[in-house]
Amino acid sequence: MSRPELIAPPEIYYGDTEAQKYTANSRIQQIQADMTYRALELLNLPPDEPSFILDIGCGSGLSGEILDEQGHIWVGVDIAPSMLEVALEREVEGDLFLQDIGQGFGFRPGSFDGAISISVIQWLLNAETSHPTSSPPHRLTRFFTTLHSALKNPSRAVLQFYPSSDDQIQLITSIAQKAGFGGGIVVDYPNSKKAKKVFLCLFVGSGGAQHVPQGLDGEVPEGAGDSVKFEKRREREKRRKENGAKRKGVKDKDWILKKKELYRRRGKEHVPNDSLYTGRKRRPAF
Amino acid sequence: MVRLITHNLLACHVKGCTRNNFPLLFENVQIEIQESDFNPDFLRNFMPKLEWKALVDAARQLGDTSLPLEQPEMVDEEFLKALHHVLLEIHVMEGAMVCQNCKHVYPISNGIPNMLLAEHEIG
Ligand SMILES: C[S@@+](CC[C@H](N)C(=O)[O-])C[C@H]1O[C@@H](n2cnc3c(N)ncnc32)[C@H](O)[C@@H]1O
Ligand SMILES: [Zn+2]
Repeated sequence: MSRPELIAPPEIYYGDTEAQKYTANSRIQQIQADMTYRALELLNLPPDEPSFILDIGCGSGLSGEILDEQGHIWVGVDIAPSMLEVALEREVEGDLFLQDIGQGFGFRPGSFDGAISISVIQWLLNAETSHPTSSPPHRLTRFFTTLHSALKNPSRAVLQFYPSSDDQIQLITSIAQKAGFGGGIVVDYPNSKKAKKVFLCLFVGSGGAQHVPQGLDGEVPEGAGDSVKFEKRREREKRRKENGAKRKGVKDKDWILKKKELYRRRGKEHVPNDSLYTGRKRRPAF
Repeated sequence: MVRLITHNLLACHVKGCTRNNFPLLFENVQIEIQESDFNPDFLRNFMPKLEWKALVDAARQLGDTSLPLEQPEMVDEEFLKALHHVLLEIHVMEGAMVCQNCKHVYPISNGIPNMLLAEHEIG
């Protein structure tokens, strides 16, 4: 599989072009939606009541729009201005923050009822610079300790990610444990090359359970895009369009264009000089 | 789109800034009102998380005086409607949030606060 985290820092990799391409790709939309549903299942929130959720590395809102659909109120953080710009364009409901999760969070203790993160934390395994605060273990520690305190007790955080080795899984889980989390790794379809998915399922306090949930196994459901899921997707699109129409009065086209323009300008300010990254090899530090 | 629901949970996360780092103060803000669905159960569940004085102060700073100075013990529909509006319908679009303690400025543009820290500010 491709490893964009080895190519460039996230805010550079997910520039304007890639952010649009990523979000418009229907295969990606489907996969991110499926993983978000699964993460929500593992999150085990109280049924039929809206929760307050943190979406870590929310990107353009592919995961967040599922939170909207399920009626949750959410906050999304991401380091890539271009991804956030697409999220604005798509009119997701969450409060968005430009934030590097490796620098930690400032949320007060017990703020969130749960957290999800879809396809993000493998990015934390790559050093940005040679400064001590940018070493992967330092950044992971900062991330997990401040996340732990931002969550209420009991609650859970479910983070789907793409480890490239067992060592990476080991490093991430041990730092999460030191930060106070219980729980562990859940692997869905471990024997399928295509369908295998790794979820770090973290508990604050008891997380509302005694055991780490079981991974899915056995037969992989017919293709990622079976009709049932497509139906869900279609419903969602429809709802989003309707909502969009309903809100037109508030956020008209000019409003969005203005935001986009301002945001683009700011995005540019965050693009470091070429020389910083050109030709530099990026690989995990261990 | 910083709303007061999130502002009320947000402290400064600059290295070593651990006291008097909440709430962040708004500066030069522009706001927009956007209606959202009223959900009394969500609000009731959320109330224990709120720092009431910080919420009332922030709301007043944004021109909304509908909340009582003390968090009421009796929660009626009228109060919940006011709380709903303050927490979820006022969007801060431009301006900044400033830490009272270390004076770090978190600029807000397009409704998105920039929480990125400089290297020397990272804990
Ligand atoms: C594959 S995308 C996933 C986005 C979204 N969760 C989804 O499911 O579509 C990975 C995201 O992680 C974000 N990211 C990577 N490193 C980050 C960091 N250190 N802090 C915040 N976000 C980060 C990237 O900017 C990108 O938007
Ligand atoms: Zn401060």
